[in-house]
This record gives sequence, structure tokens and C-alpha cells, in this order.
Amino acid sequence: MAFDYEKYLRMDKIPHLWCPGCGIGVVLKAMLRAMENVNWERNDTAFVSGIGCTSRAPGYIDCNTLHTTHGRGLTFATGIKMAQPDKNLVIFSGDGDATAIGGNHFIHACRRNIDMTLIVVNNNIYGMTGGQHSPTTPIGFKASTTIYGNVDPSFDICLLARAAGATYVARSTVNKGRTLEQYIQRGFENKGFSVIEAVSNCHTQFGRKNNMSDPISSRKWIEDREIPLAKARDMKAEDLKNMVITGEFITEKSDLERWENYNRAEKEYTEAYSDIIKKVKKK
Amino acid sequence: MKKNIKFYSGAELVAKAAIDAGCRFFGGYPITPSSEIAEHMAKELPKVGGTFIQMEDEIAAMGSVIGASLAGKKSLTATSGPGFSLKQENLGYAYMAEVPVVICNVMRGGPSTGLPTALAQADIMQAKWGTHGDHPVIALTPAYLEEVYELTIKAFNYSEIYRIPVILLLDELIAHLSTAIELPDKDLLVIKDRRKPTVTPDKYFPYDTAYGDVPPMANFFEGYRYHVTGLSHNKTGFPTTDPDLVQADQERHLRKVNANKGKIIDFESYKMKDADIVVFAYGSTSRAARVAIDNARKLDIKVGMVRLRVIWPLPEAEILKLCSKVKAIIVPEMNMGQLSNVIEKYAADRTKIVRINHVGGVPIHPSNILDVIKEVR
Amino acid sequence: MKQSHYEARFAGVGGQGVILAGKILAYGMVNFEECQAIQTPTYTAQVRGGATKVDVVLDKKHIEYPRTENIDFFLSLHQKSFDIYFKDLKDDAIVVVDPNLTPNIPKDIPQQVFLVDLVEIAKKEMGKALYAAVLAVGFFAGITKMIKEKNVQKSVIDNSPKGTEVENLKAVKIGYALAKEALKRKEDLVRLTLKDIDKNKL
Repeated sequence: MAFDYEKYLRMDKIPHLWCPGCGIGVVLKAMLRAMENVNWERNDTAFVSGIGCTSRAPGYIDCNTLHTTHGRGLTFATGIKMAQPDKNLVIFSGDGDATAIGGNHFIHACRRNIDMTLIVVNNNIYGMTGGQHSPTTPIGFKASTTIYGNVDPSFDICLLARAAGATYVARSTVNKGRTLEQYIQRGFENKGFSVIEAVSNCHTQFGRKNNMSDPISSRKWIEDREIPLAKARDMKAEDLKNMVITGEFITEKSDLERWENYNRAEKEYTEAYSDIIKKVKKK
Repeated sequence: MKKNIKFYSGAELVAKAAIDAGCRFFGGYPITPSSEIAEHMAKELPKVGGTFIQMEDEIAAMGSVIGASLAGKKSLTATSGPGFSLKQENLGYAYMAEVPVVICNVMRGGPSTGLPTALAQADIMQAKWGTHGDHPVIALTPAYLEEVYELTIKAFNYSEIYRIPVILLLDELIAHLSTAIELPDKDLLVIKDRRKPTVTPDKYFPYDTAYGDVPPMANFFEGYRYHVTGLSHNKTGFPTTDPDLVQADQERHLRKVNANKGKIIDFESYKMKDADIVVFAYGSTSRAARVAIDNARKLDIKVGMVRLRVIWPLPEAEILKLCSKVKAIIVPEMNMGQLSNVIEKYAADRTKIVRINHVGGVPIHPSNILDVIKEVR
Repeated sequence: MKQSHYEARFAGVGGQGVILAGKILAYGMVNFEECQAIQTPTYTAQVRGGATKVDVVLDKKHIEYPRTENIDFFLSLHQKSFDIYFKDLKDDAIVVVDPNLTPNIPKDIPQQVFLVDLVEIAKKEMGKALYAAVLAVGFFAGITKMIKEKNVQKSVIDNSPKGTEVENLKAVKIGYALAKEALKRKEDLVRLTLKDIDKNKL
């Protein structure tokens, strides 16, 4: 049976504002399927976003939805989660929103391990503001502010999240909706802070400036560079330059034993705080 | 020993009043000289089942209180000058999205890092115009510890009644002095809560003006599932660029406070009956002014004081009346004339405006004001 | 309370209990002497280990201007705090300093100065320098008669951190006894040590 997206969408807000062929829709659909998989009630779920193309996604979802200031979605979401720890929080963001202007909030949400899921749609560019380069624009590529080719090195969003303390981190691409759905579901199920990076296309801004101005060639470019994490582990750094390494970077079960996790949160944040309330109230 | 008398500092009273007003969330970031408020909240909130969080920066702290308020908890943040600057972006969001929160700004010398530990009243204009765009402002300036408690509760009430962020402007002296005060009986406190929708979710619009200028507010997770944005929006909460709707909405926002000025404006008239000289003061500076006035009266100088308990909105009608009645208005401020600039515009040459501006961190002494009173008599 | 308006300043460096001393005095005056009190601690980065002070303004009526203007009593437990905070004093103010840590006192000052080994006595009798300022509150009570000794004791009981009540009470007693001895002296510079009091009479 076909999935009933309309159950979760505000159909009166459709058509959406994204360009035809944009990858955000793939991520949105994967997210709604994941929501159904974990049986989240719409009334108990909030979608929060910052600014940019991705930030418009919550508006289409029939839940409690909050479109905030640029990069700050995580901060509003943290307040909501602290106020109502038993509710479900999802933050929908882009590469610029999450890792440039919101970079500080991003690493600290990871560090706190607060039970929320951040979905970062990474299209290597600022789409809505007109194609300026972002912290994930590859070196040498063009943007409206890197007219002669980008010289800014990129962030690896997943490695950043992993190092900062998120307890579930995964990356896939908009070419693989089912995998995205699976990863997002695992993020929802993880009691802690989860980051799912969805590598996406922006043929309108990024593609147009880099000789792949249609959705097909833009997505092909992503597909051609995809390397599964297991394979990447045996490869040399120079061969991985500008590649898209996909897979689960950290899961609650698999990677928590490794030495670099010596400082990781032992508990989900709102649980740890509720222990404080219990302790103080007892006195 | 009287029953309710206890020693408190100003910072402690902000925290106590907030909790008594029903505040159950604090998001903050350490900054001198306001950090003591965060410290008291960190200690007291868990005792009442509330939550405290120290965020990664000032911007995040402001975001977190807006989120918590949308999720149904009355929320407080506290900061000082530079932190207040950083909070302006999300403060504007709270005005636009009409989310009740209280921001306590313990003022310090500026601009920039300025004088972190010294007394100043440097943010009078930042409180009014700090964030971009037009918006209503309520800012309160307590001068006594009893008032810190009373006006903190009022700040929460106003934020809930009008669905706006309310600014509590303390000066360093008021935040840090401690004295014994008698608190009002808790049962007699007037505590206001946001008006909730009475309609079913299918009939609910978050910015529905059918109920007046302050639309009823549903909290998140109560079944209403609405949308909130900082973009100009229509009554459904969704973005609009319709010029008429945007215009009407901005006008409504300003009207929320402007139409209720009579209820919000709050000042004390001291020895004003026969006064032909008036000292216009607020915060700790007004205490020096009162001493100066008492001393001037001993010299048969007819001087009085208008002391602002609420600095925004200003009592314009009272100022206009004074301008045609008195021969001089003296405005002592711990800044370079932020309030006197405004009063000068009202005066429009009808009376003399005399400024006393200290920005070195040393408080204005009663004798500084008395000297000026003697000069203008 | 003897005078209708009184201003006291307790100064020292971090760890000498100066802030607690201010609190004990203000609390005692308000709760047991029917007077008003406002206490303002130093608020600078210096509090962290550097010179610190607390000002206590006392008045039989409402205190409008909360800052000290004409100080009646000045205590300094350290040269650093003396150098910074020895100002705004009345000519007939009482000045109490610990001479071991405050060796340089200007010769030409108009005030009567009491040199008391407060820190040494605190260490020897109570085990910690932390009690020096509370000793000074006892001394304050004895020399100014602004607050009864028993009222200082009541305030000490209400304000001492748990487990320090006994030592704080002892500090008040020693301070008070030192003041009684001091009152007998008439010279401009009075030197007092533990030997000047009979500990058995405490």
C-alpha cells in the first residue's frame, strides 16, 4: 500500500516553494515515513528549523512547527525539550544553517546528548540567499561568493557531530530514500542526540555554477562520489578527497566503546536533569 | 523578628519573584554583573520541578527561553550589556512571534566590554531600539529591593497578558546590595497567565484578531498543532507578504502596548505639588535624587521628582504637562543622556533640560544633584 | 543602636571572612536592634583572591542613599585592602587594622587607630584566618556599642556556615573582650594582642 503522506502534511500549504527536482522533498518524505515507523503522535511532536530552503519544511508538516532565526533552531528546540522532556523534537536544517551560523549550537547540542534528532540537508551551498559558498562547498568549486573557485576547506558534518558527542550519527544521500528513512528512524529511536546528514542536490544554485544545472546531473555527481563507510576505512585520505562517505558513523551500540569516547555523556540530558530534580526535591 | 522579613540581594529577589510568578524555566549564559541571577535560578528551580540550563552562548539562551515558553513554561533569562546585544536577534523573534518571556538586564558600562563590574544605566535605548524593526516595549526600572520583587512579578504578568517579551532593567547597585525586606503574602500576589484558546483546534488560529489585539495562545503539544515563524505572517501563523496584512499586523503589535499605556505607565511623584523644578530619575540614581531633593527643600527650593518605575512606555502626557509647568527638568543618568535626549524633544524649548551624566562607574552622589538644583533655582 | 546613622566598612583579602562579617552585622542590626541595614559587597574581579570589602549602612530610619559617604568604622585586615579602601572616613572614625598584614599606615591620619593581631589570633584560637573578620565584628560591638554582644551572637548563630558556629561565637567573645581592653586606652595608636585579655574570663 502506498504511504499516506497526506496524513502528515498540511495539504493546503502545498505546492511547496522548493525548485522542481530539489532533494529536500526526498528527505521530508523519508522523515515522515520514519515518523510513522516509530508511531509518533502528531500532537506530541515538534519540528523546528532555522533559516534557508530546508527551514521551510516544518511548515508543511501537520505537527507543532517552529520556524526560527538563522542557525538557532537547536536553541529553541532545546528549550522546548527541557520544558517538555517526554515530547519528540526534530530539527530540520541545512549545511549553512547548522554548521556556519549555527555551528556553536550544533556542537553543544551534540555534547549535551539531549534527546532530539537533527537532520542536516547538505547541498554544499546557500540556496535561498542566492548561491553563496557554505562550510561544505568543496575546494575549487564555484559559488556566488567564490567566483574564482572556493579556497575554504570543508567541514565533515558527521565527523564533527561524532567528535562533539552525538550518540547516533549517519549519512546517506537523496539518491537513497529508503536508507535515509532507516537512518532517520534510528535517530528517532536513539535516546540521545542524533544527527543525520542527507547529502542533497541544489542544481539551481550549486549545479548551475558548476556545470550540472539539471537535477539528474547534480544527483549523478553525488552518486558517483559515494563511498560506503566500510570501504572508506581502508582507503587513503587522498583518494577520499571530495568523496561522500555514507553509512552509520556512530551508533549507540557499535562505537561507544572506542577510546575517543572517554568524555561522552553517560546519560541523555533531560534524564540527567530529572535526576537532579528528584535529588533536590527529596531534601 | 517580623514574620516575612529576610535578607535578600537584588539578584536573589529577581529569582525568587520569578519563581513566585510561576517561572519554571531559565536559560542563561554567565555574564557579569548578572550571573548571580542564574546561580540562584540553578539552585531554586529544581526544587519546584522547574528546569535550568546554561546554554552555549547568549543567543542560545534567548532561543531556549522562547522555546520553553512556547512549550508552556513561563521563562526567564538574565544578562548584561554585551549579552543583551547578542540577545537582540531572538528578542525580535519573541516580539514578532508574540511569545511571552522575561529578560532581566543588569546594566553595565559600555559600549562593548566597557565597565563589566561598575554601575551604569547604559541600556535604556538598547531596551527600546536594540532589535531591528518596530515593536512594542515594556521595560521596568526598580529602585528598591521591594520593587525588584514587585516589578519582576509584574514583568511576568505583562509578558503573559500582552504576549510580548518584557525587559527588567536593573542597575548593578540594585542587583548586588542586600537588605532585609518584608515580602508580600504569597496568597495575595496577583499572577496572570496567558489567555488560552476556547475553540477546538480546527477553529484555532494562533494570531486570530477576532479576540482582540492579543490573540489567545495555545501551547505546543496541547493538540493545536500550529505554525510559528519570525517572518511576517497572517493569522494562521504562515508567512505573508500581503502589504495590507503586514501593515495591519505591525499596527496591532504596537497597539498592544500603546492602547494599554494607561495601565502600564507607572511613576512616582515625589514632592511635586508645588515644585517648579523637577528631577526626572529612575533606578538607583533616583535614590540619590531623593536625598538631594530633601536637602534642597530644607533650603526652601521647590523641587520634586518624577521617578519612573516603568521606563518604557514613557509617561508622555506627564512630561508634556511638566514641560509647560516647571522652569527646569534635571535628568541624572548613569549614561550620556539616553533619557534626557527624549525628554528634550518633548520639552521643545518650553523648559530647560539639565543633564547630569556619569559614565565612569562612580554613582551620582546626592550632592552632585543638589549642586545642579541650586544652580537652576 | 546608639547613633541614628552609622557606616561601617570591613575590608580584607579573600579568605578572611569579610563578607560574612558584613552579613552578621547587618542581619544582627535588623533583626535584634530594630534598625535598617544595607550591605553592599565589593563587586569586582578583585574579589577572587584580591582586596575585598563590604560596606554596611545602618540607620534608625529608611536608608535612601545606599552607598557609604562618611564612614564611622573601618576595618582592614590587609595592606592591599587598606590602600584601596581607606577613604571616605570621618575624622573621628574608628580604624582597626591588623598590623602584621598592614604594616604601612600613614602617620598623619586624624583617626584613632587600633592595631589588633586579628589574623594571628584567629589562626591560633579558632584554627583559621577565616575567623578574623568575625573577631572584628565582636571588636566592633565592644568598641562602638552599636550592637549588643548577645545580638551579635544571635546573628552569628543564624548566619554561620554549618559547623563553624562554635568558632564564630568564640571569635565574637575574644573580639568583644579585646574591645573592652581597648576602651581603657587613650593614645592615638593602640596596640593589642591576645596577651591583653584574660582568656579565662571569656
